[in-house]
Amino acid sequence: MRLSKAWLVASRDFKIFRHQKNILYSIIIFPIIISVLFPAILEFAGHRSAGLLSATNLPNLLNSFSFFIVIGATYIPLGIASYSIVGEKIEKSLEPLLATPLTDGEILLGKAIAALLPTLAAMYAGATVFMVGVDATTFGKLGYNYFPNWTFGVLLLVLVPVAVVMSVLYSVIVSSRVNDVRSANSFGIFIFLPFLAIYLASEIGIISLDLNGIFIIAGILSAIDIALYFVSTAAFQREEILTKWK
Amino acid sequence: MLCCLISKTSGSATIGGYEIGNKEGSLKIRKMIGLVPDNVGLSEHLTAYDNLDFYGKIYDCSDSQRKESIKRFLEMLGLWEKRNDLAGTFSKGMKQKLAIARALIHDPQVLFLDEPTANLDPESAKTVREFILELKKQKKTIFLNTHNLDEAQRICDKIGILNTKLRVVGTPEDLEREVKGKKTIVSLEQVNEKILSALKKLSLKNLTSEANKITFDVSDPDKENWGAVEAIVLAGGHVNTVNVVGSSLEDVYLKLVRESA
Repeated sequence: MRLSKAWLVASRDFKIFRHQKNILYSIIIFPIIISVLFPAILEFAGHRSAGLLSATNLPNLLNSFSFFIVIGATYIPLGIASYSIVGEKIEKSLEPLLATPLTDGEILLGKAIAALLPTLAAMYAGATVFMVGVDATTFGKLGYNYFPNWTFGVLLLVLVPVAVVMSVLYSVIVSSRVNDVRSANSFGIFIFLPFLAIYLASEIGIISLDLNGIFIIAGILSAIDIALYFVSTAAFQREEILTKWK
Repeated sequence: MLCCLISKTSGSATIGGYEIGNKEGSLKIRKMIGLVPDNVGLSEHLTAYDNLDFYGKIYDCSDSQRKESIKRFLEMLGLWEKRNDLAGTFSKGMKQKLAIARALIHDPQVLFLDEPTANLDPESAKTVREFILELKKQKKTIFLNTHNLDEAQRICDKIGILNTKLRVVGTPEDLEREVKGKKTIVSLEQVNEKILSALKKLSLKNLTSEANKITFDVSDPDKENWGAVEAIVLAGGHVNTVNVVGSSLEDVYLKLVRESA
């Protein structure tokens, strides 16, 4: 596999995304919500009920907020990957691409990079603003800057990429089973379920989203990623795409 | 299947010595072919230049070769001034031309054109046809898939007629002659029984007369017409004109389709 060719496919998709408003919105909307809305909620809640945001309660609340970054990171690739595969198939621009000497792996990796990098860039930018905003609103209560910390660092640098890869691979599999972007997005929603389950489990105390908990979750998701990789490469057979993909 | 876009169902085929269906062979074939699908398949959110540049890079064309080819093809097809416009803003004809330029960017040995003039206005269709003829002069192998039989007859050296399966393959001349043959139409001042009985003795095929014209089938007009004209003249007939009419590819197609029904 030639990485330069995969990068070529990804670079072309980046250029296309610049002209696709719906994809641009899907990339920026969630990081904006997280980075602006959550600090605003803290500020608002702080004024309304000082007890709720006590120095004792705040760390747990902030860890819960942090996990929404992971959920957001699984949402963004859905729109990108479903456009870049199903969308291209509908626009018929996939056909000449499949007639080139690019290998299946190069095309698939290129599409995955095209979904992965904007997502990570958007989420990291959003997370940076989130940290600054949260620190600014909670410093008075805590007496120190809660972010950055090791737990959040591992969440951003380990769990978020693993979750994004999972979402991308899942989108490829979904794309091989549907014939339009809307259906791809509808089925894509199911990717949230395991992450919502993790969030709820943490809220009711079954698991803890501390450093160890995040490493364990990342390990389990990595194993799922490997399994999804094999399923997605099996689903992405170029000589079947134009005839057998529904 | 020949473009290695879909799996083969049965049989075998080779392009440039590489076998269709073999994974290694398919990659080699993809390097040596250019494809213009019937739906053009451009990236509508990329500029005309970027569409070509992307494919040039895929085929490992050097920077200078790529830039030179893009400029040459876009100028040749009248799109150079529009190079920075998004392909999605182009008319059908412009998109078709751009798709042809894309297929040629790596100077392929074999070119597959699927309905290259379909849905084009007459002027654009003419430009595309002339461009194909220009490529033909450059000794490229061109597979032209078309429902426009007149276009096939004008452009192609060899024609295959498909109707659920390959019915016949041959040069346009072969098809006209072997499938239906040619007709000779002799226009006379007057047709009479004496002339007709003289011609009947020559055992001409499908001899008919209507008004002042006599029509019969010929397989070799140069030889057969001479005898027919001589018989008419000896029978006292006065010949105004002698025309040889070939059957069109449409006639051939319809005959084959009817036979297969």
